[in-house]
Amino acid sequence: MLPEILNDNATAAAVDAQFSAAVLGGEKQHGESTLFIDGAQIVAVCGFLKHDLKFVRVSSITAVDWLPADPRFVLVYHLHSLERNERIRLKVKLSGDNPEADSVTSVWRGANWYEREIFDLFGIRFRNHPNLTRILMPLDWEGHPLRKDYPVHGYKYSYPTE
Amino acid sequence: MIKGLEDHTSTFAAVEEAPATPVSARRMTLNMGPQHPSTHGVLRIILELEGETIMSAEPDIGFLHTGIEKQFETRNWQQAVTLTDRVDYLANLSNNLGYALAVEKLLQIEIPARAQWIRVMMTEFTRLNSHLVWLGTHALDIGAMSVFFYCFREREDLLRILEMFSGQRMMTSYIRVGGLALEPPRGWQKVVGKFINGFPSKVDEYENLLDQNPIWRKRTIGVGYISVEDMLDLGITGPMLRAAGVNWDIRKQEPYSSYDKFDFTVPVYQENDVYARYRVRLEEMRQSTRIIKQALEGMPEGPWQADAPHVVLPDREKMKTQMEALIYHFKIVTEGFRVPAGEAFVCIESPRGEIGYYIVSDGTSKPYRVHMRTPSFGNVQALPALLKGKSIADSIASLGSVDFVLGDTDR
Repeated sequence: MLPEILNDNATAAAVDAQFSAAVLGGEKQHGESTLFIDGAQIVAVCGFLKHDLKFVRVSSITAVDWLPADPRFVLVYHLHSLERNERIRLKVKLSGDNPEADSVTSVWRGANWYEREIFDLFGIRFRNHPNLTRILMPLDWEGHPLRKDYPVHGYKYSYPTE
Repeated sequence: MIKGLEDHTSTFAAVEEAPATPVSARRMTLNMGPQHPSTHGVLRIILELEGETIMSAEPDIGFLHTGIEKQFETRNWQQAVTLTDRVDYLANLSNNLGYALAVEKLLQIEIPARAQWIRVMMTEFTRLNSHLVWLGTHALDIGAMSVFFYCFREREDLLRILEMFSGQRMMTSYIRVGGLALEPPRGWQKVVGKFINGFPSKVDEYENLLDQNPIWRKRTIGVGYISVEDMLDLGITGPMLRAAGVNWDIRKQEPYSSYDKFDFTVPVYQENDVYARYRVRLEEMRQSTRIIKQALEGMPEGPWQADAPHVVLPDREKMKTQMEALIYHFKIVTEGFRVPAGEAFVCIESPRGEIGYYIVSDGTSKPYRVHMRTPSFGNVQALPALLKGKSIADSIASLGSVDFVLGDTDR
């Protein structure tokens, strides 16, 4: 269900018309449109956005940890259409401390490293990812540094009062 | 386990035991880097070779990971500007600008025209700086050694200008949230004017050194092809795309910081090879010179900081006479300013491509989350597609033409 503020956004309307069950809401802030998508449908929605609405580029994929809220993690996709010079943001909420999401590497191959980075730094696993290994941290690292419950200095050099 | 590494030992064993298979069918795994001069940083690439042909290439990054995104969450909004410098050490001011624009979007403050123009001028200096380092080192990789010295001669002048403005040669942190760090120094017009009037002839000089050089032409023309579909799919941005006929420059398409008031063209070439990428960057240097010249001649008068007392440090003189100024000074220095809750994603055109800052605020004086969409990350991701099927000698030219900075990749 789309809020009124996104009524003038043709892209949001097209996605809503095609996947009315998958669009859980939307918002507009500072001229940037966001759609909340059901995690189970994200690959289908992204495929539609790429092939039918020509969002050929995935500008970035990242995550935000909203500890102690539930759902805790939010995946954030920034897509860009060169043809219409338009950007849109998709969000998928994931509950639980060790969530899983569907990989969109089958839509954009470039999603590969962004998802590896999210796995490395947030510990979110991606189903159907071709090579889900750590990318920035050493392969034998324990923990996921960008989680809010991970101390800034790491476990080795942290102090109890921190 | 990294792909290609598991059978690494067995490959060497096979070499020692005189193989039964003919030489041409033998595969070799070659570890390039992490300390290889042509990778310009600490990048490791695992190459699978068949003879001289690269069958697959697997980049291994993360050697320069410093957890900058985590550190953002411990600094207040203004302190965090110094972290953005250290992401891409050749395009510091572009990173400063991307971050400042994103925070200002959340704060909804208006930046005065003079500050905007100085920002444009400084980021164009950064572009010149970055392209000069690229041209010098790229030519060095391919074997034209002298170009390096010419490029670094002009880079030295540029760094002096940056030092004159900000007090720092590289980690300038000159663009701050709410305007600039310092007032432009007295007499800057003279120094910038002298540099910018002399610079076009220097670009001609580089062109003369390389364009008539048969070795340079042989090693760059027709080398390093990668299809436009692959580029867009894998996340390549910037001069690489423009050398393949895609006319996309964020300065034109989504103008920021009053770029729409400047007259410049975006060089686009169709050839999609190393030579075209060199032409694009060379042309971009000429266009940057034009922009800086326009900024120099038409620099508007007025304040260089936003009229936002809750964000910008007050004038020293006012603090001695006005109570409010003193209170704001105390608040900003001790706690830092607060940014309204919300999120913003701002993309700008860095010398390497699209820099995006995704900033989430929870209404406090520290960023809740800062994500950097860095151009080098996307560009390095495309290396397997760029190198596959090419000869190993060409890989050096191809790698150089991507122009990645590993600090930018690993953050």
